[in-house]
Amino acid sequence: MSGGRRALPYLLLFPGLLWLVVFFVIPLVYMGELSLRTGSLTEGFFFNWQFSNYSDVLSDYSQQFLRSFIYAGVATLLALLIAYPLSYAISFRGGKYRNLLLFLVVAPFFTTYLIRTIAWQTILTDQSPLVEFLASIGLTSNGRILDTPASVIAGLTYNFLPFMILPLYTSIDTLDRRLIEAAKDLYASSKTAFLKVTLPLTAPGIVAGTLLTFIPASGDYVNAYFLGGRNQAMIGNVIQSNYLVTSNYPAAAALAFILMLIILLLVVIYIRFAGSEALMGDEASTT
Amino acid sequence: MEAASIHNEGGASPFKRASRAIGDKLLPIFAGLAILYMLIPIVVIAVFSFNDPQGRYNFEWVGFTTEHWANAFGIPELTSSLVTSLQLAAVATVISAVLGTMIAIALVRYEFYGRKPTNFLIVIPLATPEVVIGAGLLSMFISFSFPLGFVTLLIAHVMFCISFVVVVVRSRLIGFDRSLEEAARDLGATPAQTFRLVTLPLIAPGIISGSLLAFALLIDDFVISNFNSGTTVTFPLYIFGASQRGIPVEVNVIATILILVALAAMAIVLWQQYRADKMAKVEPEPDPMQEHPRESRKHAVTKQTP
Repeated sequence: MSGGRRALPYLLLFPGLLWLVVFFVIPLVYMGELSLRTGSLTEGFFFNWQFSNYSDVLSDYSQQFLRSFIYAGVATLLALLIAYPLSYAISFRGGKYRNLLLFLVVAPFFTTYLIRTIAWQTILTDQSPLVEFLASIGLTSNGRILDTPASVIAGLTYNFLPFMILPLYTSIDTLDRRLIEAAKDLYASSKTAFLKVTLPLTAPGIVAGTLLTFIPASGDYVNAYFLGGRNQAMIGNVIQSNYLVTSNYPAAAALAFILMLIILLLVVIYIRFAGSEALMGDEASTT
Repeated sequence: MEAASIHNEGGASPFKRASRAIGDKLLPIFAGLAILYMLIPIVVIAVFSFNDPQGRYNFEWVGFTTEHWANAFGIPELTSSLVTSLQLAAVATVISAVLGTMIAIALVRYEFYGRKPTNFLIVIPLATPEVVIGAGLLSMFISFSFPLGFVTLLIAHVMFCISFVVVVVRSRLIGFDRSLEEAARDLGATPAQTFRLVTLPLIAPGIISGSLLAFALLIDDFVISNFNSGTTVTFPLYIFGASQRGIPVEVNVIATILILVALAAMAIVLWQQYRADKMAKVEPEPDPMQEHPRESRKHAVTKQTP
């Protein structure tokens, strides 16, 4: 009986973890192998430790890498600036309508991602009322929003906002309100109470939200494709077109590998700096 | 909060009081604007489903027509892509829900060696951009010359969803009362009966919410599908293909229908929650420490859970 019980967790884990190993870990090994090949689509690609693929793509596409991380960073910051007050307002002022308000906030994300992005294309198109208004007060470069960095960042911010709102809302809503009252009873001003109590206690939500927004945003190519035109390509666009349009597999695989490594590095640094409870969420379950 | 502000206002200057009043109003106004911002695109989608564009592009408002609503399923490629998406999402949801739930149960209920690497393996796909997941799978399929299509899409979808299911189901399992299972065993139930009659009904809400999340993610997936679809066309892939030659208005109609279905499903969930809250209120909750009714209810609920 006890032998059976000891084997049970492994039996439960086995099929799911096998799927993840075979279809997530091993593909990455193949991607690494593909990135070190050389050749062409017609002659075939041969493996010969072609490390120069990496230096080639880094020098060819450094601009797109930089653009991806800057756009994703700005979008993450904007999403945080929108999501924090919004989540705070829903949690503290929403009263019995809290669930309804939260529902209204995530409702748009039940439509297809592409359709949402195309809706922004409609809103930001050159003759739209919004763009004409922004142009009339001088907020556009030569009367356009579409195909500028602003439209790509706006799209990224919008599309990944729920990934920011949901963890933030959870951490703000589970905050013990009595701690804020205690701070105020001890003569802390509202501002001090917020900075010394609310903000540190909701930090796990901020960490989870920023990671969940930044990671998909930096690899995204849908927003740049629909809202950015020719000159706003992000690294996702380059990977997509090298894999699926020009079939330049080794370069595409090298780019994808570099993207993954940079993001892993950033995540590790960020978690060291901010604590890991938010992402792993396991500390609670091991007790 | 009211008590605290009264308490602070005693020594505040009129200027401070005025700025606080503005601050109190500012937050709801900001939240209202933000919610409006979230909702504008779906309003645009719904409104443009009634448009009557002259050219191929549905970007400018021309005139009102219900013609495209009548013809919602009249474009064969569009309808078949929708059917493919639904089939794919349904099968992948079932597989990933079963595999993910098994992992979640193992993680929460059992002590075993290798917990850290298991957790790492669950989290790492969530911390990887979709474009890398899609590219990795495609690299492997290319190396084996494996034909791309429904099967590769299914493999990719399940892989992508397992981690999400694990995270959701695990969070629901943590608050699980194990004494109920012990009671069943004491009353002579076999382990199988205990699982079927006690454990499963109790963790069912977690499995359902995990599955719903998986289904919503899958029906919407574009990036990973884009890499591994071959000639199979799902709903998002149809839209992507159509975007180059002009998206038919029927896409807006179907998108609007999908939102309405999701809204109805969520409304049912909210209504049930509201009913459960109402029933919970019937029990008296005397709590002299609390002055504010809404907050006292919240704390009462958190107190009951451990």
